[in-house]
Amino acid sequence: MHTVQENDPSNLLQRLIGLQQAFRHIPSDAIDHLAESLGLSRAFILGVIQFYSFLHSSPRGEYDILFSDNITDQMQGSRLLAQRLASKLGVDIGRTRDDQRVTLDYTSCTGMGDQGPAALVNGHPITRLTMERVDQLAALIEQAVPLDNWPAELFQVSAGVERRDIVLNSDYKPGTAILRCLEEGAEELLRRLEQAGLRGCGGAGFSTAKKWRFCASTESAERYVVCNADEGEPGTFKDRYLLQAHADRLFEGMTLCAAVIGARRGFLYLRGEYRYLLGPLQQILQQRRENGLLGQAILGRDGFDFDIDIHLGAGAYICGEESALIESLEGKRGIPRNRPPFPVTRGYLGMPTVVNNVETLANAALIAQQGVEWFRSVGTAQSPGSKLLSISGDCERPGIYEFPFGTPISEILAACQAHHTQAVQIGGAAGRLIPPAEFNRTLAFEDLATGGSFMVFNQSRELLNAIDNFTRFFRHESCGFCTPCRVGTAMLTKQLGKVMVGHATSKDLDELGTLGSLMRQTSHCGLGQTAANPILDGLEKFPDIFQSRLRSTSFEPAFDLDASLEEARAITGRSDPGAHLEGGGV
Amino acid sequence: MSGSFSIDGVTVPFETGQSIMDAALAAKIYIPHLCHNPEFQPHGSCRLCCVTANGRTVAACTTLATDGLEVANETHEITTRRRLLLKLLFVEGNHVCPACEKSGACQLQAVAYHCGMLAPEFVHFYPKRAVDASHPETIIDFNRCILCELCVRASRDHDGKSVFNISGRGIDAHLTIDSPSGRLGDSRFSASDKAARVCPVGAILPKHRGYEIPIGRRLYDQESISQVGDVASHREQEDG
Ligand SMILES: Cc1cc2nc3c(=O)[nH]c(=O)nc-3n(C[C@H](O)[C@H](O)[C@H](O)COP(=O)(O)O)c2cc1C
Ligand code: SF4
Ligand code: SF4
Ligand code: FES
Repeated sequence: MHTVQENDPSNLLQRLIGLQQAFRHIPSDAIDHLAESLGLSRAFILGVIQFYSFLHSSPRGEYDILFSDNITDQMQGSRLLAQRLASKLGVDIGRTRDDQRVTLDYTSCTGMGDQGPAALVNGHPITRLTMERVDQLAALIEQAVPLDNWPAELFQVSAGVERRDIVLNSDYKPGTAILRCLEEGAEELLRRLEQAGLRGCGGAGFSTAKKWRFCASTESAERYVVCNADEGEPGTFKDRYLLQAHADRLFEGMTLCAAVIGARRGFLYLRGEYRYLLGPLQQILQQRRENGLLGQAILGRDGFDFDIDIHLGAGAYICGEESALIESLEGKRGIPRNRPPFPVTRGYLGMPTVVNNVETLANAALIAQQGVEWFRSVGTAQSPGSKLLSISGDCERPGIYEFPFGTPISEILAACQAHHTQAVQIGGAAGRLIPPAEFNRTLAFEDLATGGSFMVFNQSRELLNAIDNFTRFFRHESCGFCTPCRVGTAMLTKQLGKVMVGHATSKDLDELGTLGSLMRQTSHCGLGQTAANPILDGLEKFPDIFQSRLRSTSFEPAFDLDASLEEARAITGRSDPGAHLEGGGV
Repeated sequence: MSGSFSIDGVTVPFETGQSIMDAALAAKIYIPHLCHNPEFQPHGSCRLCCVTANGRTVAACTTLATDGLEVANETHEITTRRRLLLKLLFVEGNHVCPACEKSGACQLQAVAYHCGMLAPEFVHFYPKRAVDASHPETIIDFNRCILCELCVRASRDHDGKSVFNISGRGIDAHLTIDSPSGRLGDSRFSASDKAARVCPVGAILPKHRGYEIPIGRRLYDQESISQVGDVASHREQEDG
């Protein structure tokens, strides 16, 4: 079986992650060594190090603490907690203390929205932070207690479920689906997935059977299956739950896919924030090997050889985009490729590759076991089955919820006991901001599609803070490849900042709208195409939160915001855009 | 296999496998572009060449031409969009055109002029970037780099040296040089490299040749970029 040699350049990222863990940075002589042994240039390696947030060229403190900086963490007081820890330890946020004991910083959402505020300590998640916990951390750090000896309850990540439906109510027996596939044949399995109407749960909703068929029908000596466990969308954590509670299902799904497309090797791309799951996941893989569900001649079938490697990410949201993920799997900077060709024809190492979300693969295994009717017993015609939601923010019962597709937002809000809701952000920062007038809309690909993030804001919240948080998130996570996103995200944060401090005029709002639609239309990948969503949705659905902060609204009594934004968004029909865009400086 | 499609109503023939950009270049139709150079793999990063193809916005340099495709290129809407993209590039770097040796032979300046852009109106970022004068024959002014990666591609795919790389992420993305010191003078770069002759702006310049051609008589002083094309192809001819 094909295995990657230690000195294959595609191992670069995994080697760098190992070095970062061992030395708290990537030492310069290690770079020279890697350059020589992998046959890569020094500048190339430095380029990779500087791409990933969790890799560093200068040493981090012995305790490297990253506070999750999603808006939901902030709403739970994370910023005050971080400041308290900073003052207790005598170090500024964003810096390493002079004695190298500790580094404090913020990081993008760590996927603990149901049990925040959260932080990572040397990669290990700490949940439910409180003032007491922060004081406890400060003491442990000052006393230099090794991380292994820290109280275990600090690291507890609960995997509770608030609502179950067909998927989470079903029992699942490892191997059943593979056995059935071997008995009935790959074509029958594909037919079943097709009839069940399984669609990608990562957000785009592409037909899973079709994707597998495309890959299988592309001529090639090798094919690969990849499970996308990058789960970087702010506010989502349902894949974390599946990895923690149902990993067997998704490995079985990957194995089914391998049987269909003829892959001998698969990867689980696990976001760096979930490194704590690496050990348990590897144990499950080992168990599956021992049970004949992975490895050579799976379930005794000659020639059915398949195994799974786990690759870690290192703090880059863009690596959730399937082609950037493949670049990252190959050890490189996570820059999205030009598509087409799509991964199903040219993916990992140029070979046909299926990339599927965790939930998609787990569902595939369950459909193989339970059948088409079971899956279609809930959901809508175009969106059969159910969806896992990660609910966080202003509600009494945040957590994992399984809802049939077609469920109205209002029903979801009632279930999680959200009161006086001002807005819901569905689909994460890249998703949509939904006002109460639209709470009758439904969870479905044909209405509100989502990867699973569901953040609730009640009426006491300044929505502009959420919009600002998401906009900064994109600025931080833009890969920098294309002009509209690289410069546009920086420009959006700058212009929005002007609104936040009350220096903006209505022309600045026009500018935001115009820039946002440029990004939507011309960006190279989904990140840039959606990065302006929070601002564009905000301008359209909550114009007052912008308008009330303008510098001189009182001088423009006849100003019709909606009309002017309509114009800005369309770009078309603007006689003299220069005239609308002036006045950047205050 | 071949076929035809249209750009702004003009019929354009193409061979299978040609991008919209390739076919347009062959037909001498100008689609504004900065990161494209037909000698290298298409990149798709500047997004200036974005057109609409059957109503969908796509980059002309990375999208294959197909039979009957209706492409819109120089419409009011698209040109307006291009002006905004160009503004973003001007805002991001430090482009002091009147003081730049490349003025008049710079593709960024010429495309901006073509698109009817007069002056950038956004607040500039004024990033702190350096000038690398360590090489005896070539100077790099990072202030003017637009991250088109043509030098990266030329050095890697043509010169086989991989002298240039991109590092950082997002707005912090920047050009780097592969050498122990990170400076051009210590790298394997030579002024006779292909990479020395592909920069569309004034970021990679020959030393000691400043102002050889007087301002007013430079490439784009005489004719529009839509007529004379890329500066790199002219440099190839000059250098033989
Ligand atoms: C910026 C960006 C980030 C993404 N992040 C993820 C992610 O974390 N997990 C995921 O499954 N899909 C993510 N996607 C979607 C993937 O590109 C891809 O569509 C998905 O993994 C396909 O799997 P599915 O068909 O099972 O949904 C992302 C897309 C973009 C543009
Ligand atoms: S849209 Fe943003 S993330 Fe995507 S390629 Fe462009 S710069 Fe990179
Ligand atoms: S130096 Fe010139 S060729 Fe190289 S990336 Fe910058 S602008 Fe492009
Ligand atoms: S020329 Fe096509 S994106 Fe740059």
